[in-house]
Amino acid sequence: MKQLDARGLSCPEPVVMLRKAMMSKEAYYEIVVDNLTSKENVTRYAEHQGYQVSVREEAGEYVLTMKKKV
Amino acid sequence: MNLKNETTGMIVTGAVIGVIAAFLVLFGNPANMGFCIACFLRDTSGALGLHTAGAVQYIRPEIIGLVLGSFILAISKKEFAPRGGSSPMTRFVIGFFVMIGCLMFLGCPFRMILRLAGGDLNAVFGLLGFICGILGGVFFLNRGYSLKRTYKLSVAEGAGFSVVQAALLILLLAAPAFIHFSEAGAGPGAQHAPVIISLAAGLIVGGLAQRTRLCMVGGIRDLVLFREWKLLIGFVAVLAAALLCNLIFTVTGTGSYFTLSMAAQPVAHTDGVWNFLGMALVGLGCVLLGGCPLRQLVLAGEGNSDSAITVIGLMTGAAFAHNFGLASSASGPTLNGKIAVMIGFCVILSIAGMNTFAGKRK
Repeated sequence: MKQLDARGLSCPEPVVMLRKAMMSKEAYYEIVVDNLTSKENVTRYAEHQGYQVSVREEAGEYVLTMKKKV
Repeated sequence: MNLKNETTGMIVTGAVIGVIAAFLVLFGNPANMGFCIACFLRDTSGALGLHTAGAVQYIRPEIIGLVLGSFILAISKKEFAPRGGSSPMTRFVIGFFVMIGCLMFLGCPFRMILRLAGGDLNAVFGLLGFICGILGGVFFLNRGYSLKRTYKLSVAEGAGFSVVQAALLILLLAAPAFIHFSEAGAGPGAQHAPVIISLAAGLIVGGLAQRTRLCMVGGIRDLVLFREWKLLIGFVAVLAAALLCNLIFTVTGTGSYFTLSMAAQPVAHTDGVWNFLGMALVGLGCVLLGGCPLRQLVLAGEGNSDSAITVIGLMTGAAFAHNFGLASSASGPTLNGKIAVMIGFCVILSIAGMNTFAGKRK
């Protein structure tokens, strides 16, 4: 499980951050973003990489949990 | 929204925007200039007297519409999010030089597409330069380039830019003596669709671009960075729709809206090297800003004050470009313009380097 904090960053930076982190090919990732565009872009990227994404909204921030599909 | 719906939405959005752009020319905008964020911001700068080039002075309602369309949609969808504080001065400077690049080429990335759709082969050099510039920007992104985080701000700060646009609309309609409008026949500034049509077009496109996050630089950038096609589909759809409309207008005899050539293209010059370099500077700068000039307007409408500052940088760049003789004309680029583009590369590459590598030495 790797946790990333991309709050305040605008796209494409959160996706670049996730892509780098995903090079270690872990089964779980968690990333916090604070804008909708980043939420959508991170979700799309993770899905393309074969991860299942669930989103939890907390006070205007989005916590995205990504689980590798088997 | 699932991926398939997202793609369809993007194609429809791009197509609608391409059609609207073509119709704006039919209604009176300059040729291949249904939309040109750079040209329109330049015209608005001129109307406000920030530069005195008589041929390009008009408060373009399209700009007002784009910002307010995004603002209204963002409010109604509860996506209005006032934020800023991510290196505003740096963004201002990059915006400034992006405009210098645009006025070397004579168009922003949006108009580059519309020029291609009008058969202007000079824009092919622009497109190649644009792609190279984007690749340069991606190089820095991959190595950790960042203008640092934004912070939540007050509603007043986030809405400020939209209020300014509403004020510009009042100035346009009231037309007081201190606002400058190009005289009929004086040049592109005098060619425009009726205010209500331009404003409506801006509102619709602003709203659509807000919903879909359409960005002319994001398409190529995301394809290179992530093998992600979504935004590029919008780019291609705008091109295809505008091209189709231009061909239909030409065939049905309403005038000539498509001429496949390099020479004698409207509001364009034939210097391939400088068309290439101008758009390379734009591509590089826009990747570092996180979006093309259109996207900056839309983000400013959504409450992003960094983007608002970027737009003010673009407008300042336009004013300087005409005051210092940096902007190209149909007869070609100027020596001053070439020097300014080279300075632009030095400044933007320095900014990119400092925001990529400087923090890592600690």
